[in-house]
Amino acid sequence: MSDSEEFVPQPAEIVSTPGADVYMPNTTISGTAVPPNTPAEIELSGAVQVSERQQARRENWRLIRRRPAFIVGVFIVLVWTVCAVLGDRITPHSPLDFRVAGNGQHLSPRASYPFGTDEQGRDVLSRVMAGARDVLKVAPLAALLGVFFGVILGMVMGYFGRWIDNVLGRIVEAFLALPVILLALLAVSTLGHSPTVVIGVVAALFTPVVARTVRSAVLAERDLDYVTSAKLRGESSAFVMFREILPNVSGPIIVELTVRIGYAVFTVATLSFLGAGPQPPSPDWGAQVSEGFRNISADIWWTTFFPAAAIASLVIAANLIADSVQSVLEAS
Amino acid sequence: MSATFAAPTATAALALEDLEVVYTVRGIDRVVLRGVSFSIAPGEAYGLVGESGCGKSTTAYAALRYLPRNGKIVSGHVLVAGDDVTGMTTAQLLRFRATEASMVYQDPAQAMNPSIKIGRQLIESYTLLGQSKSDAKKSALEALGRVRIADPARVMDRYPFQLSGGMQQRVVIAMALACDPKLLVLDEPTTGLDATVEAEVLDLVRVLRKESNAAVLLIAHNLGIIRSLCDRVGVMYAGRIVEEGPSHEVFDNPQHPYTVGLLRSLPRHGVRKTERALATIPGILPLIGSDLPTCVFVDRCPLADDVCRTVVPPVVPVGTEGLRYTRCHHPDRIPELVEAQPDVPIAILAPSEANPEVLELTHLSKTFRQRSVDVPALVDVDLQLAEGETLGIVGESGSGKSTLAKTILGIESADDGGAVSLDGNTVAPNTSSRSTDDKRAMQMVFQNPDSALNRSWSVRRILMRSVEKLTGVKGDAANARVEALAAHLRLTPRHLDLKPRQLSGGLKQRVAIARAFAGDPRIVVCDEPTSALDVSVQAAILNLLADLQADEKTSYVFITHDMGVVRYLADRIAVMYLGRIQEVGPTDDVFNGPNHPYTEALLSAIPSVDGEPTSRIRLEGEIPSPANPPSGCVFHPRCPRVIHGVCEVTEPPLLEVAPGHAMRCHIPIEELRRLQSKT
Repeated sequence: MSDSEEFVPQPAEIVSTPGADVYMPNTTISGTAVPPNTPAEIELSGAVQVSERQQARRENWRLIRRRPAFIVGVFIVLVWTVCAVLGDRITPHSPLDFRVAGNGQHLSPRASYPFGTDEQGRDVLSRVMAGARDVLKVAPLAALLGVFFGVILGMVMGYFGRWIDNVLGRIVEAFLALPVILLALLAVSTLGHSPTVVIGVVAALFTPVVARTVRSAVLAERDLDYVTSAKLRGESSAFVMFREILPNVSGPIIVELTVRIGYAVFTVATLSFLGAGPQPPSPDWGAQVSEGFRNISADIWWTTFFPAAAIASLVIAANLIADSVQSVLEAS
Repeated sequence: MSATFAAPTATAALALEDLEVVYTVRGIDRVVLRGVSFSIAPGEAYGLVGESGCGKSTTAYAALRYLPRNGKIVSGHVLVAGDDVTGMTTAQLLRFRATEASMVYQDPAQAMNPSIKIGRQLIESYTLLGQSKSDAKKSALEALGRVRIADPARVMDRYPFQLSGGMQQRVVIAMALACDPKLLVLDEPTTGLDATVEAEVLDLVRVLRKESNAAVLLIAHNLGIIRSLCDRVGVMYAGRIVEEGPSHEVFDNPQHPYTVGLLRSLPRHGVRKTERALATIPGILPLIGSDLPTCVFVDRCPLADDVCRTVVPPVVPVGTEGLRYTRCHHPDRIPELVEAQPDVPIAILAPSEANPEVLELTHLSKTFRQRSVDVPALVDVDLQLAEGETLGIVGESGSGKSTLAKTILGIESADDGGAVSLDGNTVAPNTSSRSTDDKRAMQMVFQNPDSALNRSWSVRRILMRSVEKLTGVKGDAANARVEALAAHLRLTPRHLDLKPRQLSGGLKQRVAIARAFAGDPRIVVCDEPTSALDVSVQAAILNLLADLQADEKTSYVFITHDMGVVRYLADRIAVMYLGRIQEVGPTDDVFNGPNHPYTEALLSAIPSVDGEPTSRIRLEGEIPSPANPPSGCVFHPRCPRVIHGVCEVTEPPLLEVAPGHAMRCHIPIEELRRLQSKT
């Protein structure tokens, strides 16, 4: 019956949460005076409702856990988190020691060095493992900060609308039109390479993007009657925005956050590849790629491939999780 | 199994045989249809009624095998003109839908592609049938003529959004009729339309039925529509047809406890709140997918006994013609239900002139400015509201009802020169500059509780915030007040800790009403508070509003399009058209006439479940744009009683024709009385 899928409006009975249909009697048609809503009836229906809701939540959780994409994503993130937290306590060699194997520069992958060694003779596997720390410290924080400011900006644009939205909207668009990496490079080279600066710069890059998503979610909310009702009892704009509307747009914001973490990993790696991140001898992934990629032409691929694959794996993992979260949130 | 009660399956235009449908929700199959059987003869119209969630629409979709992706037919058959739809391959199904059966949906705007002109969409329905381009164009023009569209060539050249809702629905019907279907399924075809437009569309369907031999399956929650259009009706409850028979017999003499309850919860026969409370159906509709091995209605049935709880009720024929059946163990006890009166005390404030005036609107106007054009949405409205009085506001959509509500509450600020006075003192034009006392004095109940309640707040938080903000009471005292308020609205402490989505429509609307009453308001503006609810729930809400009014002496401004509801609840009625009050008067005067011709048309547009003969005043055309109102009397272009040479020139004043009864019409009242008594 797949041919009919796109056209069919879902009958109301499926869209509404099953079990949302409880209402209280207050008279009977038989005419005998029944006391309206005896407590027993209500107790019963209340209990039914709560368990139904918990069940829905459990079912959602079960659905997300059953998604292979989610499991793979979480597994990859966990692996890198363990590497980041334990660092050189679990690496087979020290990530910073030169010539671990004597004159062992550029050894190809082998049993003792599964990822090979780099031009200084350092163990690539150990460096990739230890390098997780830099990126996992910076990327999530940058994404979080970007989402934080993006939510405020988007909320203000969506809620006030009119000229405020127009002015801020044009500024956001102007900002989005600039080449991102160039802007980031410029900022980092003027302000320095510290992780704080990188976090700030990436957050600033993300703010307008997040703001646009939040704005459109707020637009759908601000004309709902609960907002009118809040105004009728004299609530301030800040209250309406952050207490009334914010919880109702949390879905898109959570999705945006998970997506942004993926992008942040990517952006941070790009910056350090371009030299605007942790400096040598730090085992940062982007820096490793930039140190190693010149040797690819000499068939020394492993010094570039493994850190690049590490970046890719983390970006993909973040996106797999984001996808799963999004589809489960949208379905419920 | 019902085949014995209607046309034989082989010759029926549509026959459903013991159809069972499930939806898979969160990985679990949930039963929605539990063995539905009925058949429709060629040329016959069959109606399905029931509360939302009972499976009416699912039945309609299943009839065309057009279920959503998570739905599937698990057993039974659908036969259209003898062909088994359940067994068709995809190619056969496509052909079948293109040539044998058509469907008209609730929202015509969604049934058409917004970016393609009407003409092209309509022509496509014919080219699909194998006609050449030029033939198809000719057929399309004819089809538009057939659905009584005055200027087909011009309409062909328009986009859907350029047509009114009524015109859109006509176009959709024209498309549905393109293939000269054997079966036409109409799913709530007029639900989104105004009463006057609804009447036109129903007239059209009635005429078209005579012209073609299509069998009609009509889904509607409005019993009046079913009665006026259908030969037979099936009453559905929890996925099963509980009663079936000729529609006038079923509605006049119901034979199943559910049908009895449904009919009794309607405000019918001009009943008023001063006479009796409305009957409601106790209990809840079973959840989708519940295990119901016995009578599906058992939990809410006043006649239920042990047999009902253990044995599936048989199909019991009613009468001797074999046309009717009910699925009840106790059909003999039905008369008990019909005769019983709801034993609910009526405590109604007698509206009297001694009651002090609470609200006064003087020269209230509201002009919106759109693309540097002034659009007057409200023009010079003068109204008074006494303490404990209910003022009903009626009119088509676009008549300015909602703008009036918003302007009273200060959500929109009135134009200069107009004033809203509360207890004789003029209040600020917009909410934010009103004092807390003024805010607390006027609150609102919205049409759609899903939109009106913050879905991430618990009921307790919703009520608490309003109590704190409006009364200034905090902490434990506020909490005590919330609990008292909830108890007054027949909500329990248990409900307070739930979120709105865990409540039914009726309970949600109670929470919304409780919120409006949080600060002991003098005036509550109700904007269609029951139009999103099922009739049995509507009855409970109307009873509650009447009760609260009696207790609190609150005044209501009650906006609605449902004439039965406004007659039940309102003490006075104001009729609006194009932002102006056309008629205002006591409810009885407005319903007994003589009336303004517009009111007359509104009243005659209602399809009645009682089948009383209503003479029809048909309104031609659509509401004109408020930006460019007609000269003279704004109603004259559509008025069936227009006096040429007068009505186009001057706008009649709002003159009192009887004590408290005023209207805006050039025709003398005696003349109106004579004209209207003739029809």
